[in-house]
Amino acid sequence: MSGRSEGTPFAPHTAETTAEMLAAVGVDEEAELFDIPDAVAFDGEFGIPARSEREVIGDLRDTFARNDDLTEFLGRGHYGHYVPALVDDLSSRSEFLTSYTQYQPEITQGFLQALFEYQSMLVELTGLPVANCSMYDAATALAEAALLADRVRSTSGETVLVPEDLRDGKRSTLDNYVDGSSLSVATYPYDDGVVDLDALRDRVDDDVCYVYAENPTVTGAIEENLATVGDVAADNDALFCVGSDVVALGLLREPASAGADVVVGEAGALGLPTAYGMGLGLFACREEYLRQVPGRLVGAGEDAAGMRAYTLTLQTREQHIRKERATSNICTNQAWVALRTAMHVAMLGASGLADLAEDCVRNARDLAADLDDLDGVTAPLHDRHHFREFAVGVDDAPAVAAGLRERGYAVHVLDDGTLQVCVTDLNAGERDGLVAAFAEVTDR
Amino acid sequence: MNYDQARYGDDERYEPLLSEKDGKEVDPGEGSVLPDDLTRDSLELPELSEPELARHYTRLSQMNWSVEAGPYPLGSCTMKYNPSFTDVVAADPNAAVHPDRDPATVQGNLELLHGLQGYLADIGGMDAVTLQPPAGAAGEFAGITVAKAYHEANGDDRSEVIVPASAHGTNFATAAMAGYDVVELPSDEDGRVDVEALEAAVSEDTAALMLTNPNTVGLFERDIEEIATVVHDAGGLLYYDGANLNALLGRARPGDMGFDIMHYNVHKTFATPHGGGGPGAGPVGVTGELAEFLPRPQVREAPDGDGYELFDPERSVGKVHGFLGNWLVLVRAYAYIHRLGDQGLLDASAKAVLNANYLAERVEFDVPYGPFHHEFAATSGDRDAADVAKRMLDYGVHPPTTKWPEMVPEAMLTEPTEAESKSSLDDLAAAFNAAAADSVEELETAPSKTTARRIDQADAARNPRLSWQALGESPDDS
Repeated sequence: MSGRSEGTPFAPHTAETTAEMLAAVGVDEEAELFDIPDAVAFDGEFGIPARSEREVIGDLRDTFARNDDLTEFLGRGHYGHYVPALVDDLSSRSEFLTSYTQYQPEITQGFLQALFEYQSMLVELTGLPVANCSMYDAATALAEAALLADRVRSTSGETVLVPEDLRDGKRSTLDNYVDGSSLSVATYPYDDGVVDLDALRDRVDDDVCYVYAENPTVTGAIEENLATVGDVAADNDALFCVGSDVVALGLLREPASAGADVVVGEAGALGLPTAYGMGLGLFACREEYLRQVPGRLVGAGEDAAGMRAYTLTLQTREQHIRKERATSNICTNQAWVALRTAMHVAMLGASGLADLAEDCVRNARDLAADLDDLDGVTAPLHDRHHFREFAVGVDDAPAVAAGLRERGYAVHVLDDGTLQVCVTDLNAGERDGLVAAFAEVTDR
Repeated sequence: MNYDQARYGDDERYEPLLSEKDGKEVDPGEGSVLPDDLTRDSLELPELSEPELARHYTRLSQMNWSVEAGPYPLGSCTMKYNPSFTDVVAADPNAAVHPDRDPATVQGNLELLHGLQGYLADIGGMDAVTLQPPAGAAGEFAGITVAKAYHEANGDDRSEVIVPASAHGTNFATAAMAGYDVVELPSDEDGRVDVEALEAAVSEDTAALMLTNPNTVGLFERDIEEIATVVHDAGGLLYYDGANLNALLGRARPGDMGFDIMHYNVHKTFATPHGGGGPGAGPVGVTGELAEFLPRPQVREAPDGDGYELFDPERSVGKVHGFLGNWLVLVRAYAYIHRLGDQGLLDASAKAVLNANYLAERVEFDVPYGPFHHEFAATSGDRDAADVAKRMLDYGVHPPTTKWPEMVPEAMLTEPTEAESKSSLDDLAAAFNAAAADSVEELETAPSKTTARRIDQADAARNPRLSWQALGESPDDS
């Protein structure tokens, strides 16, 4: 910390060096350097007192302690898994944490290689040959995929088709992103927690250029007919986009084999704590869309000595070169989160990731069975295989959720008669407690 | 200063590459409770021990420049030192809650969001702020979406957004993404907005002018009141790109200058390590008449005075992120503002501007325009700015932004920020000046002391190899 008593502690200047610099510039004081007309000048009075580092840390610790201490059984597209300590440790190395975008690749090989490895992991997990090095979150990745469809579509269709049960955050973000294009958004229904194939077939026509399906679905059901959904899209020359997450992709059949043209979703399910909704948007697609991909790509190449080297590539797609003709406006992305996710995947390895994913199925199945044994509780509500989470039928969902909250548990309320519960490695140890709380609350 | 960056790639045994060599293939479907047709047949990922991974990533980190290694004077990117205490605050486990928690159970988080909304509104001279956009460009999109909703609500069909030629590429891309035609505005000979050209450009089609002030060569748009009048008289809105707000902290507020909408790059102006490309956060501030259009939800004090609640603005545009945005970045920004207070904010802009002007004095390349705020664009004249930049790497500094903005030929846009000491600035100037004195051949063959030598970007783009799976397909790969 600077020894100076006022001003920013993060500027290294002493009074002497400041005076020397002012003299070199030819002014008496810093204020003279500001070329701001009096009419719009401000006096600097915000009424914010400076605090010491210790005070700020203490104040915020107190602030966050005002959050209720609840065990969360919450998911619906955003997940907490245990993040290994090594991920925190290595990703916090300042050479990663305080670096900028790799505009000078010769001096940023470390981060570029890590991002190249992240892309490679997503290629393996999705089965698609191109993955970018991050979107903001699953919602913006889905929306960017729709805009990609608009650029590459081979039909005159202008309708983006998404499930009725799509989360509001995804749907509303999608609506905003396509508002400036010629696209419009429409929905198709679910039946028993998954795509209603007959209704989808009826709905898809020449007007549709993009079909989006999730696996697992928003209520955790594993989609058994994903390839058929892909066929329906392909038969109408619509782009087929699959939403998933990085853990589910470790176990479930890779979306490319179901005909996915694009895969989007949440990659921060590994590497990132729940972080109050902060995410990492996963984006992968077929090779033929390479030059239409939004966001940044890292490529391998060679340096002047003939050694392999990495660099940001195909930048002529990007806003700093193409301006209004860019494939997206994204500049700052989620690179550091992608680094953490790559580290977490590398920590798990193939068998570790497959095991974690398998536990997501087993834990959901076991918890559902325990809850279903209770009088007045139906779980899972949908007769499906489930990944991490499932809907639960109860008589009075808001009252049950309130009762669970009093006992220290947070679950989703979907409607008056439906809750949703999500179990991962983080809260699996609290499973019996949740079931006991359910029993108390639903006991009439 | 001389410099040698770490390199581990010369010896095959130490090549720190993950899965290309170290992959293990498993069949995730084997033994699964799921039927075989739902599970994948194979998964191949790196399978290394924890010590091997620790070494892998440590070596990668050593082959990477960072602001804690040295100056990072990328113009318009504001790469300042990031104090470590914000990492401690952001790592508080009590703050890492799920976004679907009932607002009544996360009052601490809502209190912070409410406080940050207020600080940012004060600092920007705005009436209401949303914290949802997850980056500056996402903030631009949210802001332009609000502008569009405002015009539409007034039954006003406007089709154009005006952007100065020197603006960030994101401004153009954002306006196009929102469905607007982009009208590019030339600069005048002083490097500022040409008010006559602006008068000619505005019309009943003008939805907004997107402006950065100080602009991208560090010049304050002194005619800002006149600019605002021209735009407002045409029925358009004035949008402030917050990329350069660091130069103005406590000295001028976009709201007072007549801006209706702005975004804050809180990861630049306040504090968040840039993490090799993100995450950032791009909160958006608006004047009162636009507040009802902000993305939902917003945070406010509960009417009964008991804590905080979420609410949806009456005519909200909806959402621009799945949840509430990049929370951990917002936490850091709040902590940083608390740490600095009024005097710290004022001093940050004072030292940032002093540093830019001092460095501009010391650099022997021509520096057109002036007087400067926090950044300046030197020109390397008959030398290629990109070559000069590569040579600067050998002198142990990160070079400035090059070849942009286009209004300065062979631009080297330099922004030292307040974080650099006088001696660090002297080193930076020495690197500039040494490169200026080097032969063209030395420039063209640089760098030689970094992990990689000059990379063939054209080849990398012509033959895209974007994953380790693609490396095997390359005929060049041995």
